[in-house]
Amino acid sequence: MRGDGRQPPAATLRQRTATAVADDRLRANVAAAVDRFATHRQERLAELDGPDDLRRAARAVKQQVVADLPDLLERFADRVLAAGGHVCWAATAGDARRYVVDVVDRAGAARVAKSKSMVSEEIDLNPALEAAGVEVVETDLGEWIVQLAHEAPSHIIAPALHRDRHQIKDLFVDAVAAPATLDTAPAALVAFARRRLRDVFLTADVGITGVNLAVADTGSLVLVTNEGNGRLVTALPRVHVALLGMERLAADWHQAELLLALLARSATGQRLSSYTNVVTGPRGAGEVDGPEELHVVIVDNGRSDLLGGEYHEMLDCIRCGACLNVCPVYRQTGGHAYGWVYPGPMGAVLTPLLAADRPGAAEVAGASTLCGACMDACPVQIPLQDMLLALRRADAERSPGGERALWRAWSTAWSDRWGYEATTRAATWAGWAAGLAGHLPVGRSWAAGRAVPRPAPRRFRDRWRAGR
Amino acid sequence: MRVSLLITCVVDVMAPEVAEASVRLLRAAGHEVTCDLAQTCCGQPAWNAGFAGDAAAVARTTLAVLEGELDAGAEAVVVPAGSCATMVRVFWPELFEVVGDHRAAARARRVGGRTRELSELLAADPGRLPPLRLHRPVPVALHQSCHMLRELRVVDQPAELAGAVEGVEVVPWEGADRCCGFGGTFSVALPEASVAMADEKLRALAEGAPEAELLVGCDTSCLLHLRTRAEATGRPVHVRHLAEVLAAGLPEGAT
Repeated sequence: MRGDGRQPPAATLRQRTATAVADDRLRANVAAAVDRFATHRQERLAELDGPDDLRRAARAVKQQVVADLPDLLERFADRVLAAGGHVCWAATAGDARRYVVDVVDRAGAARVAKSKSMVSEEIDLNPALEAAGVEVVETDLGEWIVQLAHEAPSHIIAPALHRDRHQIKDLFVDAVAAPATLDTAPAALVAFARRRLRDVFLTADVGITGVNLAVADTGSLVLVTNEGNGRLVTALPRVHVALLGMERLAADWHQAELLLALLARSATGQRLSSYTNVVTGPRGAGEVDGPEELHVVIVDNGRSDLLGGEYHEMLDCIRCGACLNVCPVYRQTGGHAYGWVYPGPMGAVLTPLLAADRPGAAEVAGASTLCGACMDACPVQIPLQDMLLALRRADAERSPGGERALWRAWSTAWSDRWGYEATTRAATWAGWAAGLAGHLPVGRSWAAGRAVPRPAPRRFRDRWRAGR
Repeated sequence: MRVSLLITCVVDVMAPEVAEASVRLLRAAGHEVTCDLAQTCCGQPAWNAGFAGDAAAVARTTLAVLEGELDAGAEAVVVPAGSCATMVRVFWPELFEVVGDHRAAARARRVGGRTRELSELLAADPGRLPPLRLHRPVPVALHQSCHMLRELRVVDQPAELAGAVEGVEVVPWEGADRCCGFGGTFSVALPEASVAMADEKLRALAEGAPEAELLVGCDTSCLLHLRTRAEATGRPVHVRHLAEVLAAGLPEGAT
C-alpha cells in the first residue's frame, strides 16, 4: 500500500460538518447504514428478558472492572506470560508504536496483515510501520476500503459506511486495478476483496489485531468479527501482535459472557457476530495453527488519567457504536467531521480527553444537541450527555474573552428582573431588532439557512399585567 | 389547585400566545393561575454552552421566584416548554451543585419536584378539562421534543390530549421523535449540521404526514427552528404549540 495520504482535517469543527452535510450521497449512505444498525439493535434487544436489567448489570460489571483495573491488568498480564505470550505496557501512543515497529522489525517482516483495530488508529500505527518500510494491509473489508481511499474510518465498527457500493467499486477500479466490468453487487465486491486479501493472509509475516475483550482469569483475547479475517490474522502469520485498550477487560468468563451478549446486539443488532475468536497464548505443542509469538500491547495513552476522575465512566465503553447509530448529528455528518478517530457521541467525549493536544479537540464536545438518544442506547449506560456538558464547561473556562464577556453581560442583565424587562422590551420595540440580529455574529449564524423570527409586539408579561 | 406559570423567555418574547393559551387551559381545568413577573429565564442557554456560573446567576433569580410562589400556596409550577421544565427539574440541582451552591441545589430539588410540563399536568387529570371541540376537522402531526422524551419521559401525553379534541386528527409519522436540530447554541455553532437535521425532519413530515395542516409540539424553540428553516427553503409549515390547539377547542366564553 502507498503511504498514508490522509487529508489533514479542516481547521474547525464547523467547516468539517459543513463539508460533510453538503455531500448528499454521504448523508444518504450514513443514514441508511445507521438506520439498519439501530433497527436491528432494537429487535435483538427486544428478544431479551429485561434488556434494561442486562444494561444495568453490564454497567455494574464494567464499573467493577474499572475499579479493580490495576489488579485485573496484573492478573491478565501474568496469565499471558504464563501462556507463553509477551506483554508490553505502553504508557503512550509513541511507546506502543515503537514496540510494534520493533517486533515487526525483529520478525524481519515485509508485510503485515491487520484486523480492524481502533486502538491502532488511535496510536497512528500504520504510518509508523510504513515509514519503517513495511507493507501494511487492512483485512477488514471496510477498513481495507478506507485504507485504499486514504481515509480514516468513519464509524468504529463499520469504517466505510459513508460509501455506497458504486463508490466502492469505483475505488477498487482506481486503487487496485479491479476490472471496470466489476459488478457492484455486494457479493461481487466481497468476492473481489476476498481474492485480493487471501494472498495477504498467506504471505504476511505478522498479524496485528485489536482486542474486543480480554479475560483476566485466563489471559485470553476475544476478537469479534463478521468476516473471519480476525481468525486468519491470528492463525496464519508467524507473529501476532494484539493491541488492547487498557480498559477492555473482564475479570472472568461470566463477565465476558454478559458483555459479549450486549456487544453484538448493540453494535450490528446480531445475537452474536459471525466469528467470536478466543486466543490464549501462542501456538501450543501439538496445535496445528496459531502464531509462534504472541505480543499483547496494553495501551494506556491517557486512559489512566480518567481513573477516579469526572470522566471515569468513559472507561466503561465497549466500543459497540450504538451511540453513533442513534445520534442525529452523526447521522448528518458521518464520522470524519469529528476530526479524529472516534466519532459520534462517544468520540465527542473521547476526543477532548484522549487527544487533548490536537488543535480543536475541545470543541468536538459541541457536536451534540444534547438530545439524549446516546444515553438511552448505550449498553453500559454511560452518561454521555453529562460528560459533554462537563467538557463544555472545561472548554468555556478557556474560551476567548469576548465570548465570556457576552455570557457575563447576558447573565448580569437576566439575573435581575428589570434587566430582563429592559432587554426584552427593547427587542419587542424593535421592528429593527430582527434586522439588527441578522448583523450580529450569532444572528448571522442563525440566518445561515433560517428566517430570522420577529419578536411579538407585546410580550406575555405585558399582556398579563394588562389583563389583571 | 393553584399553579404558578413559568412563562419561559422564548414564549414571553417570541410566542406570548402560547402562554395565554396555557393560562386559558389551566383556568378551564379549574386551576387558579399565578404568575410572578420577577421571573426571567431558567438559564439553559448558558448551561448547555458550558457557562455554568452565568447560568446559575440567572437560574437563582427564577428559583427564588418559583420558591416564593410555592411558599405562597402554589401547589405546582407549570411550564409550557419541555426543555425549560427539564432544566428546572433535572438540571437545576446539577447546575447548582456544579457551582458549589448546595443550598440552592436543595431548594431547586424542592421546586423541581413540583414542576410539571404543561401537557404532563393537564394529562394527569384530563377529566378536569371541558370537552374540547374544533369548528372543523384539522389533521395535525406532532413533534416530540428530545427533553420531553428522554429526560421528563413525557411521551404519550401530548398525543392523548390532542387526540381527545373533537376535530383533531393526530397523523402518525416516522421521525416524529427525531431531534429538530435546534439544540440551543448548537444551532448557531454548527448551523449547517443544524439545518440539515431540520431538513430531514421536515422532509419526513412532508412524506409521512402530507395531510397534516399543523405541526404541533410542546417546545416553542423547536417549533421556531423548524418553522424558520421551512420558511427559508420556501416550503413553509404551520406550527402551533399544543396549548394553542387545545385552547382553540375550548367552549366559547372560557377564559
